[in-house]
Amino acid sequence: MSDLRYSPAELMVVAGSREIGDGDVVFVGMRLPLIAFALAKRMHAPNAVGFFENGVIRDRPSESLLYTMGDPPNIEGASMCCTMSTVMGLLQKGEVDLGYIGGAEVDRFGNVNTSYAGHVGKEFVKLPGSGGAADIASLAKRFVVIVDHNSRRLVERVKYVTSPGNGDGAGWRELQGLPRGGPSAIITTLAVLRFGDDGQAFVASIHPGVSADDIRENTGWPVRFAPDCATTPEPAEEELRVIRAIDPTGFWTR
Amino acid sequence: MTSGKILSMREAISRYVGDGDSVALGLALEALIPFAAGHEIIRQRRRDLTLIGPISDILFDQLIGAGCVARVIAAWIGNVSAGLGYNYRRAAESGVPNQIEIVDHSNFTISLGLTAGAFGVPYLPARTLLGSDIAREGGPFKRGVSPFGDEQLLFVPAIVPDVTILHVQRASADGGCHAWGNLGVSAEAALAGKRVIVVAEEIVDRSIITSDPNRVLVPPHRVTAVVHEPGGAHPSSVQGHYGRDHAFYGEYHTATKTAAGSDAWLDRWVHGVGGRDRFLDLLGADRWGSLAVRGDSPAAPVNYSAT
Repeated sequence: MSDLRYSPAELMVVAGSREIGDGDVVFVGMRLPLIAFALAKRMHAPNAVGFFENGVIRDRPSESLLYTMGDPPNIEGASMCCTMSTVMGLLQKGEVDLGYIGGAEVDRFGNVNTSYAGHVGKEFVKLPGSGGAADIASLAKRFVVIVDHNSRRLVERVKYVTSPGNGDGAGWRELQGLPRGGPSAIITTLAVLRFGDDGQAFVASIHPGVSADDIRENTGWPVRFAPDCATTPEPAEEELRVIRAIDPTGFWTR
Repeated sequence: MTSGKILSMREAISRYVGDGDSVALGLALEALIPFAAGHEIIRQRRRDLTLIGPISDILFDQLIGAGCVARVIAAWIGNVSAGLGYNYRRAAESGVPNQIEIVDHSNFTISLGLTAGAFGVPYLPARTLLGSDIAREGGPFKRGVSPFGDEQLLFVPAIVPDVTILHVQRASADGGCHAWGNLGVSAEAALAGKRVIVVAEEIVDRSIITSDPNRVLVPPHRVTAVVHEPGGAHPSSVQGHYGRDHAFYGEYHTATKTAAGSDAWLDRWVHGVGGRDRFLDLLGADRWGSLAVRGDSPAAPVNYSAT
């Protein structure tokens, strides 16, 4: 992929931004979604509104690169600075269209684990935990997982469900009492996966320069491909220009 | 100006944070983290603390590495810039320097738990985490159905910290304080806490605080102690005062990869300096100066006049 004129992270940011519709209320996470939100605002979703769980609401992206959502440039010019319960309350009420989640492990039902790797109770690795991700997965109208594509991260079944996806299949969320929502996409370094009526992920588009075999070899379950599986659209020049203006040193995107 | 509730950091921690206490910190998330207070807790070698917070960035990791902690009630523990916190992992995975109990929450359930504590009710219902393993049996939560309908609910138990520690931009000797920027769960934790320690960049006359009562974070009478500690939130940011020292988080991550490395880091940056003044000296004037806010972006004044 070295001859491509963009990095995998830039393609993921572009794919992430295209999930945002104009006027959407977006629960923006850390890292790549910070830039995906800013990109969408400048390209195709000028009326989108960003929620940050630390208690910030913005209708204009910050002027400079954010390393965390609490950085001073994310406060200056905010539409509102408030408590966490303001944004979480509106999320619970059903007023957030889309949220982003990063993942240590995601499975074919879109369940995400960011709590424990290995075997809980025996040899295990303690990961940082939910933060706000489990709330976004529980309560947003839809959520998107952004993750590196390899068979340690895309697994048959997560060992611990931090952020609930479709559980073990269609109807599971309703059974648990979740009010709405579920995963709408997994954006990886190799592909974009979406979810069928059975609650399982399938490959909807393959990134340029990647083969179906690359994806099979790097996915922890026998992954299915959409009959009309396409190539993920490449970033437009204008999109790359905007991303590089936001992140000139490539801190997040190179 | 009388000294009122003003204490030195050493005195405030000595009097109001005891062994076995539950301590809420890092309540505004990535900004306004009371690192200076946490470091004083480490220097005074408090033990068996329960830490409470949504995310804490590396302050929780430092307190765990120093052996101050028995239990953590939190949504996320690590290093926001670098991902994992090595001390947290060592304690959770292999009991080094000691075993810790982890009570997993999400950010929203920490917020609701503290709100229940602030409201004086035993729990608050929520619709989050249903189906998440965070909410499974054996954890702090219970399930139920709305008595007014058929919605499934998660019951989040009240969280009442023994002491809540907040870093703010300015405070007065009587306990009034102003904070601005993202506030996270600061207000809820301040209302829930049995004691409240406010650490301020600046001590101002009471008239400055009362000139803008809408910006007051905590009812002043609930504040137990006020500490004047400029730079006390470094490496986190304080809006209007200084930016976040991103590199410091990366350096901490590298330095604490081993337990011995963590001990050396604590010796250098916590035990070795004795207090925040010398911490900032060690950081160096150039580096500290480079983080200072130089711009000027004041809020428009508002008129509170009654006549």
